[in-house]
This record gives sequence, C-alpha cells and structure tokens, in this order.
Amino acid sequence: MSSIPMIRQTAGEGAARKAANRMNRSGGRGGGRPRNRGGAGAVRRPGPLTYGSLGAVMLASLFPLYWSFLVGSHDSTALSRGIPLLPGGNFLANAAKVFDSIPFWKAMGNSLVVSSVTAASVVVFSTLAGFAFAKLRFRGSKGLLVFVIATMAVPTQLGVVPLFIVMAKLGWTGSLWAVIIPGVVTAFGVFWMTQYLRDALPDELIEAVRMDGASMIQAFWYIGFPAARPAAAMLALFTFVATWTNFFWPFIVLDPSNPTLPVALQLLQAAHFVVYSVVLAGAVLATIPLLLLFIAAGRQLVSGIMQGAVKG
Amino acid sequence: MSVTDRVRPQGHLSDEEGPSSKSVRRLAFSQQLSRWDVKVSPYLYISPFFLLFALTGLFPLLYTGWVSLHNWNLIGGQGKFIGAENFGFVLGQPYFWNAVGNTLSIFLLSSVPQVVLALLIAAVLDANLRAKTFWRMGVLVPFVVAPVAVGLIFNNLFADQFGLVNELLALLGLDPVRWHSDQLASHLAIATMVNFRWVGYNALIFLAAMQAIPRDVFEAATIDGAGRARQFLSVTVPMLRPTVIFVAITSTIGGLQIFDEPRVFDQSGLGGANRQWQTLTMYIWELGWGQRNFGRASAVAWLLFLMIVLIALLNFLLTRRIASQGGRK
Repeated sequence: MSSIPMIRQTAGEGAARKAANRMNRSGGRGGGRPRNRGGAGAVRRPGPLTYGSLGAVMLASLFPLYWSFLVGSHDSTALSRGIPLLPGGNFLANAAKVFDSIPFWKAMGNSLVVSSVTAASVVVFSTLAGFAFAKLRFRGSKGLLVFVIATMAVPTQLGVVPLFIVMAKLGWTGSLWAVIIPGVVTAFGVFWMTQYLRDALPDELIEAVRMDGASMIQAFWYIGFPAARPAAAMLALFTFVATWTNFFWPFIVLDPSNPTLPVALQLLQAAHFVVYSVVLAGAVLATIPLLLLFIAAGRQLVSGIMQGAVKG
Repeated sequence: MSVTDRVRPQGHLSDEEGPSSKSVRRLAFSQQLSRWDVKVSPYLYISPFFLLFALTGLFPLLYTGWVSLHNWNLIGGQGKFIGAENFGFVLGQPYFWNAVGNTLSIFLLSSVPQVVLALLIAAVLDANLRAKTFWRMGVLVPFVVAPVAVGLIFNNLFADQFGLVNELLALLGLDPVRWHSDQLASHLAIATMVNFRWVGYNALIFLAAMQAIPRDVFEAATIDGAGRARQFLSVTVPMLRPTVIFVAITSTIGGLQIFDEPRVFDQSGLGGANRQWQTLTMYIWELGWGQRNFGRASAVAWLLFLMIVLIALLNFLLTRRIASQGGRK
C-alpha cells in the first residue's frame, strides 16, 4: 500500500489527490463523490456518461429487432406513408401470410432437431476427447492437441463442392443428416472441454476409481462426464445457437421443401414481389425461439464467452 | 470374458490342476485387458474428431483441388482432365476480380470498426457498473439473431425507397443514398450488419481479457499521471495483444467467407444488378449451383483459400507489430 505523502513527493499534488480519493472510495461507498472514471477503476463508480453510452449501445443492439416487429405489425404500405413509431395491429395477419408462403413449422421443427442433435453429439464427443487430452497419458497427445487447435483456423467451408458431391453420392442431399453429420464434433468443443477438465477433475479421483477396478470408459462416465457438466452445458448452448443460425451449408444441401429456419426465411424474400411487412414478421417469428433461449440462458452465454476468452 | 470361456474346452487338462491356476490365468488376462484399455482408450476417445475432420474437412478441401482440374458438372459429374484451364478461365473473368474487391472491401469495413468498437465498449463495460450482467447481456442480444434475419432487417432499414436510414438522412437535409446500387454504399450497409452481430460478442472477449490485467498496472499509470485515454492506449490495448490477435484472425477467416448477409441483401441473391456486392463465396455458389460448373467453383474456392491463408498471416504479423509498438511507448 502506497502512502499518500509519498505520492505527493514523487508524483505531485494531483496524483496524491487522486490516490487519496481512491482510498476514500475503497474505504466506504459514501467516501468520495463518484466521478465518471471508467476503465481501470475497480472501486470507482462510473457516472452518467458511462451509462449513457452503454444505453446507446444497448439501443443499437435492440433497435433492429424492434424495427422488425414495427414493420411486421403494420400493413404492406405503411412505410410509404411515413415512418411508424408504434407497432400496429397487423402482426398476426402478417404471420398468417408467413405460414402460407413458407413451410414455417416444418422448418422450425427441422431447426430444433438439427440443433439439438448436433449440440448433444458435440457435447458427448468433445467431452470424451477432452477427457483423453486432459487426463489420460498417451503418446503424441500434445502434438495431436495442437493439431486440433490448428484445424480451427482451417476454412473448411471452402470444401463445399466435394462435400456436396459426397452427400449426393450417399443420397443424403435434402436430408437433415447432411446438415447434422459434418457438425457432430468440433475442434472448438474438444479444445474447450480439454481446458475445462484439466482443472476441474483431480487426477487422484481417476486413479482411485481405476484402483477400484473401473475401466477407462467407466471412469469417464462416472467421474469425467459429471465433472464436465458446467462446461458441457455452455458448449451445448453455443453449439445450439451456432447450428440454429447456420445458413450457407443447409442452404446448399437442403431442399426448399424441407428447410431449416434460415433457409426458409430467405425464401420469403425470393418471391417475385417482396412484401416487407411479411418478410420482417417472418424474421421476428424466426428469432423468437432464440430470444427465449437468450432470456433463459443469456447469463451463461455471457460467462461462456468470457471464460473462453481468458483460456483461449 | 467370452474369450476365456471359449478357451476352457481346450484347456480341459488344466482344469484338473485346480481352481487357483485358472483364476491366476483369468487375472493375467484381465490385467492384459486393463493394460490394453489404458493404451488404446485415449486414441479411441479422440478418434471421432479426427475421423470427422478427415472426412468432412480435410478431404473435401484437398479434393476441391482435384475437382478444379476437371470439367465437372453438377449433374453430369466428373468430365475430362483439363489442367489449369478452370483457373485460367476464372482469373480472366471480371466478375472474379470484382468479387475479390468486394470481399476485401466488406472485410475491411467490418473488421476494423468491429475491433475498435468492441475495444471501446469493453472499456466502458470494464467500469465498476451497477447491474453488470444486465449490460453485458444487452450487448450480446444481436448474437442470437441469425445472420439471415439480420440481413432481411437491415435490407429494409437500408432500403433505397422508404428506408429508415434514408428517411433520417432526409431529416438532416442530406440526399438519399442508393444503398442497393452504389458499390461502396452497399458494402457499408453489409458491413454494418456484420458489425451489428459481432461487436458485442467481441467486446465481451476483450472485457474478459481486460479484467485479467492486474489492477496495480493501472494504479502505476495513474501515479505516472496518465489520463484515461492514455491508459487505454498505452496500457490496456498492449496488454490485450494476444486477444486482439485472436479476434483479428478469427474475424479474418470468417469475414473473408461472408455469404449470408450479402446473399439476402436483395431478391436475386447474386450481389446486385452489376454484382456490386457479390463476394467470393457468393461467386462460388453462382458458378457451382447457378451455372452448375463445379470445376470452376472449385478453382475459385482454392483461390479464396490461398487468399485467406495469406491475409491471416499478414494480419497476424500486423497486429503483433502494432500491439508491440504500443507496448514499447
């Protein structure tokens, strides 16, 4: 702890005042007047400017969704009569038109199936691999893990042409399997689970169950998987969101008659005459499921991103 | 277990030696099994990833090279080997170079502001806020909106006629911008969509890295008389170097393959009447599934692959340079 007089000697009067203020504030909340000094301070309370700019950012991130609902709840000519400020009463009518023009519910069901199956399999296979990388000793483990991480930088999306050829040969084009299979385990998932299990699972625990006669797979199932649960939940969440919003590959390999949501959504605009009130009502409808997920698990998404950043 | 059972009839003689030898042998076998379990299991557990990567990642990527050397039709399949002809054809197409330019332009317009904005937002979020989680979640909302939905919404916001952006410009007394016909304007609109979706996400990554910086570094800077802006530029940003590099690389790899947002920026999905915003991935789609020429589509895919590797490398060197210069000050 630095003493205030010493700061005054070495860094001048201003610095000393600042240091004194800071100490006051750390001592008690009422100590110093909270001033707008964001950034470094763990103790300073930020002022209106900080909240104001955050509010602006928040507005920018929510406004397009509000706009979508705004346009989607008016009739098709509303925009030409001037910008509406409040939602109209036409949302359900527009939604009905959405259901008429694209196989919306089928797409919703497909998206649910594809995203859930992908999320589940990514979690199982990634945890299994993560368990091996983090806790088991085997020749080449370090090099193989580096390889896994390196593949994250490979733009595999560019292999679409042969992937399509293979799927066509297998007769899988148009089938949901063509979308699910390429995503059943990801490099990110393996890396993520490896990082987590390394700290979360004590080696002694595995040794103990091994001594009791458990096989490797039993050790994984009874010790490894339960220990990985918090990270596995986050991985499932991220995989679900990523799969749900994925467009390029499903768009190429699926038929318009059996689409996922983004593929179906895009069909709304491909019609000869674009009716924005219907298109944007569709955009709102397609976003609602993930918004609900976000309300339920947004906190986990936030901490997942932040944990990944520190370890990554 | 079943193996030992099957051995028993042959080992009839040994049965008379007594139960002890049998259990010894069984023990030896189970030890063998356990040793095998220890040796093989790890490889078994990591194999799904490697198998899948080989089959759906590496193989298609390499096979793209093979397809690009052939006449290859979506319906007719593999044709004659024609060497580098597809590459020659593609490189002679104005649309190819147009797509290269568009891709780079959209990439620059999205990645640079994205990193800068994310850093600034992270710095604000790093303050000692009330209701921290609320603000962090608020910033992340766009992440759960599918790019296609983002594209449709912004397509309307940036509509040439009756679009909100143009109406606002009119309120300010400015001329409307032809977002769907001017090349640069369309790039700006598409870059806005990308930024909308990713700024908050990256801000949280930066925020996490900022919170890992020891606080006494800032205290030392304060004592040295560094203001807030100076601290941000000379302490925070250099300390975030690895994270900035990470975000820059991932946004390079993703950004150069951009497809969803420009695809839905108009009805046809080909990038405008004069291909003003056709990106390379869209061009691959047009060649492969529009014109059904897989050979040419593969040639473009390979060229884009090279481009991504080159730019990612360049990016890596550049960010390292910038960040380390900041650190030296």
